[in-house]
Amino acid sequence: MNASSGLAKTLKEWIFTIDHKRVGILYLVGSLAAFAIAGLMAVLIRIELSTVGPTITNPGTYNVWLYFHGAAMILGFQIPALTGFFANYLIPLQIGAKDVAFPRLNALSLWLFWMGIILALLTFVIPNPPDIMWTGYPPYSIKSPGNTAFYTFTVLIMGFASIAGGVNLITTIVHMRAPGMTWGKLNMFVWATMCAFILQLIFVPILGAAVTMVSLDKYLGTSFFSPANGGDVLLYQNLFWFYSHPAVYVILLPVMGIIFDIVATFARNRIFNYKIAVYGGLIGIVAISGEVWIHHLYASGMPDWIRIGMMISTLLISIPVGLLMISLLMTLYKGAIEYKTPMLYAVGFIFLFLIGGLTGIPNAIPALDLHIQDTHFVVAHFHYVMAVAGTFAIIGGIYYLFPKMFGKMYSETLGKLGFIITFIGVNITFFTMFMVGLNGMPRRYFDYSHMPALEHLHRIITYGAFILGLGVLITFISWIHGLIAGKKAPDNPWGSRSLEWTTSTPPGPGNWPEVPDCREFDPYGYGG
Amino acid sequence: MMRRFYQLVVLLLLVLLPAAALASEGEGAYGVHDPAEGFKHLWREVMIDITVIGIIFALITVYMLFKYRRKHPDQEGKPPKLSPTSVLGWALIPVFVFMADDFFLAAKGWTLWNNYRTVPENHYEVQLESQMWMWNFKYPGGVQTVNELRVPAGKPILVRMTSRDVIHSMYLPDFKVKEDSMPGRITYLWFYPKEPGEHTITCAEYCGILHSGMAGKVIAMPEAEFDAWLGGEIAKKGGAQS
Repeated sequence: MNASSGLAKTLKEWIFTIDHKRVGILYLVGSLAAFAIAGLMAVLIRIELSTVGPTITNPGTYNVWLYFHGAAMILGFQIPALTGFFANYLIPLQIGAKDVAFPRLNALSLWLFWMGIILALLTFVIPNPPDIMWTGYPPYSIKSPGNTAFYTFTVLIMGFASIAGGVNLITTIVHMRAPGMTWGKLNMFVWATMCAFILQLIFVPILGAAVTMVSLDKYLGTSFFSPANGGDVLLYQNLFWFYSHPAVYVILLPVMGIIFDIVATFARNRIFNYKIAVYGGLIGIVAISGEVWIHHLYASGMPDWIRIGMMISTLLISIPVGLLMISLLMTLYKGAIEYKTPMLYAVGFIFLFLIGGLTGIPNAIPALDLHIQDTHFVVAHFHYVMAVAGTFAIIGGIYYLFPKMFGKMYSETLGKLGFIITFIGVNITFFTMFMVGLNGMPRRYFDYSHMPALEHLHRIITYGAFILGLGVLITFISWIHGLIAGKKAPDNPWGSRSLEWTTSTPPGPGNWPEVPDCREFDPYGYGG
Repeated sequence: MMRRFYQLVVLLLLVLLPAAALASEGEGAYGVHDPAEGFKHLWREVMIDITVIGIIFALITVYMLFKYRRKHPDQEGKPPKLSPTSVLGWALIPVFVFMADDFFLAAKGWTLWNNYRTVPENHYEVQLESQMWMWNFKYPGGVQTVNELRVPAGKPILVRMTSRDVIHSMYLPDFKVKEDSMPGRITYLWFYPKEPGEHTITCAEYCGILHSGMAGKVIAMPEAEFDAWLGGEIAKKGGAQS
């Protein structure tokens, strides 16, 4: 009786919570669930592609897996993990606030996000699940027998959650910094996430408009994308990528912030050239992000002049990204690097991001892109640069915050083992995928009977995916193990100077007994 | 300070030299620039460029990861103090290096792009209407084929395309080119089959259940044989009509 009422009380506390840390952790649970299921889809997709011809399923089911994998990984896992979990958990702690500016609005975003996750999961039980890929291009998304409305409403609900979260956390950063916490003292993560939220606020409404127009066309007979009645099929692609390219930076910016904070902590060193990294790197990315979307449409019959114009703006992204990379690498210079699991993931990120970023250059050049657009080469590129590098930062960040969140240490052995296996698996999978793509294998293929020579490479990719899956499984096990059997964590296990480590572990409601005085504080004040 | 300057100069040279290893565009038979040849050429240059940049960054990273390990638990980093000049230097020099490489690649890319999009005068034109899930080709004289694009070898081939239902993309991996075909718009691509032979056509824009089965063939035939085939088809068609 007592135990069950205790459980009911705990559940009630969590469900009705408006504490930013609990909201963050609930975001984490939802996004990791999406990650696990979408990752399982990836393994199934790879098994299907391991042999020529049908292997384990039919094209209809396979297309639903592909749809779910893409949509859930981006909208259900990466964006909510970064702008939901990390932002909610870390930002108030890093700026010295007791909570976010609007705690109830925060709870609303959280539960909207959970509704989105549930709606996305319904894909597997409704009669005609959407099979329109995460891009949902019309006219296919309008003619498809699948239930496009589920796609539209999943995107809209996740979008509302994002907008509410963005308003909330930007207000928090602007108005709720502790005394003495000036803009020049903010953690890289706070800066980066604020930039990401600015992008969300500008661009999410455009995605919302685009997917709404698709459902209006499909169910109410409007003609936004129907050329027979004066509509234009390319309008959607422009609207979609006008959001979805900046969305890549919504992922990349917080990822960079996490990596900078991990590297500074474990190298016990200042961020090299902090001002340039913030104003040149982060804000530079925000400035360019909205002017490059045509590089997703190089083969779509856009006018030649805009394809060339956006080639130049796309190539120029190398400048802010290059500045960030230089700051990141030079933060190691004369540091005192300790290789705990979070740092290993940060190091892994640097190499994956380097490969992913540099293979973006041929994609940026339209003449080369005419060959590799929509092939596995592009799939490999964006997995390296966004999917895998981003996930490395998320996993590294979870290990980094684990002691603070739960008051327990994870097992370094399991953590490092998971990292090594994942890193090997990732490179086998996605490096081979570059080769398959360069040999002309288009993406979103159920079968490749007319290119049987590629079977050998496809099989290697599938083996890689198994290794990768094993690594991620060990990572999940290490977290569960840490939660159950972890040793008690001290307040500041990493010896970090950053403000979030000055709280008790785990931080209580209100974070500090009194608002911290940050006049003498420096989050990167290492080396005297 | 001088040492750092020399290091930067070396870095600059390492990035720019491979990029500067230009070679002139090869001109094919009949004065036609083959974009697929241009592709191979530019692809190799870009691969050299990004490999060199990648190796430089990777070596620097590995060196620092190894060199600056923590020797004892309480050790802290000794961050270099940057003067205002070096703050700007560490921003402006990389910016110019990256920008130089970007504009260099952009110029090469633009040249090749013009090659891809400028159809030579002496081309042979075929029309394509794609549909779920087949390629319908139309020739002069009302001849139609499905999934088989027969063309005269040695001539640039222009394909003007549209789509009957959803977006498809005609992808010719051997000729390093693709273009989306879509309802309500007319787009084009051209390619240059120099020798007789067969090449894959495959769909590169997701179009539903049989997307991956939407394959076809380019069959490049000697010009005389092609003319004979087309003449025969026109005659057959005429015979059927009369």
